[in-house]
Amino acid sequence: MAQKIKRLNETPSQTAGPYVHIGCTPSFTGIDVYNNDLGDSMVNANTLGERISITGTVVDGAGMVLRDTMVEIWQADAAGVHNSPQETRGVADPNFTGWGRSSGNAETGQFRFDTIKPGRVASRDGRLFAPHITFWIVARGINLGLHTRMYFAEEVEANAVDPILTRIEHQNRVPTLLAQNDGKGSYRFDIILQGDNETIFFDI
Amino acid sequence: MTKNSGYYHRDRNWHPPAYDEQYKTSITRSPNFAPLSFSTGISEETGPTFNQNILGPLDHDLIQNFAQPGELAIGPRIIVYGRVTDQDGRGIAGALVEVWQANAGGRYRHKKEGYLAPLDPNFGGCGRVITDADGNYEFRTVQPGPYPWPNRANDWRPAHIHFSVFGHAFAQRLITQMYFEGDPMIWQCPIVDTIPSKKAIKTLIAALDMDRTVPMDARAYKFDIVLRGNRQTVFENRLEGL
Repeated sequence: MAQKIKRLNETPSQTAGPYVHIGCTPSFTGIDVYNNDLGDSMVNANTLGERISITGTVVDGAGMVLRDTMVEIWQADAAGVHNSPQETRGVADPNFTGWGRSSGNAETGQFRFDTIKPGRVASRDGRLFAPHITFWIVARGINLGLHTRMYFAEEVEANAVDPILTRIEHQNRVPTLLAQNDGKGSYRFDIILQGDNETIFFDI
Repeated sequence: MTKNSGYYHRDRNWHPPAYDEQYKTSITRSPNFAPLSFSTGISEETGPTFNQNILGPLDHDLIQNFAQPGELAIGPRIIVYGRVTDQDGRGIAGALVEVWQANAGGRYRHKKEGYLAPLDPNFGGCGRVITDADGNYEFRTVQPGPYPWPNRANDWRPAHIHFSVFGHAFAQRLITQMYFEGDPMIWQCPIVDTIPSKKAIKTLIAALDMDRTVPMDARAYKFDIVLRGNRQTVFENRLEGL
């Protein structure tokens, strides 16, 4: 017998269910308990960096757009620094939260984030990631929140050396992580849960 | 001086799988491809922070936070309390815990909800708290009712409270559900049953704690939450360039 390693198990996940908005974005459902829904604004007038918007939908394996999701994003500021006490590499722009949450339009299911384009972030071994935004998707029927990243299609050189993008075996699936700019700072990023063009999800 | 050298990998056999044929909605919402596994980096080891100053005075009290002045929500009054820790038992301070639930009749305040049990005009169904320096939280509510839902012909959800939890890192982000000790409906529910082991399910069942009960007022249930832990290393355990 050896000594025991006493480590706790993580609390198991359960689906967010169809009524996640009551708890996380109550104003969206007409429940007027809080002043505003958390994560509904990431920037203010003084935020540094290139203003962008991201819109998209979450689509199931039958090709139908979900209208009961909650999508969260987390990202670095324009200099590649996160607004978090855990950030070890510098102090982030105080006018940028880095975190956004969207319930999507109740009719169209379309989520939208008004944010800034993040700077590059170094990986643990010092190599630079291409600019990216972490996405986390929950909904009825999703048993464990889905983690993925949005990269920027125009960052051809940075994407070509990104430590994660270059590690993906099915390189033909990499475009599922690339958002296209319409030329006016508006990006489209659809998340396909299953089937043709299924988004690459991360176990991280 | 120790440093965070990355989060423990998530045990995917402990969590429910994406696909479970008894929970029908998961069938078209589960990815087919294996997820891409990699270690956490600074993008996942950081996360948003929430200050106490975002909280209103009644955010932790679902009995009053939607009620008309002088009114109270209907149902069995309960206190839910517990501690948010990481896998090494360290309390997580400043964790935002958001909760939502049905009313005592099993009805949610939501336009997509059509169960015939009535709405309670004094119950909204949402609350939120931020853990103290040791990771403790507490809120007050009414015990939610069970309710039927469209899945198989006669499926019912056990009484439950939904929890959304932020730790210190986005890698710790978690949504789950709390159940109540002694509820026979727990073992009938296909959503509960998406979790592979009975041992894991039991960690979602809050214990009745008579010692924390407020006499002549509210019973108490204890629900501890464990978020992912991280490797605390004294030295860099990976050399530059490797």
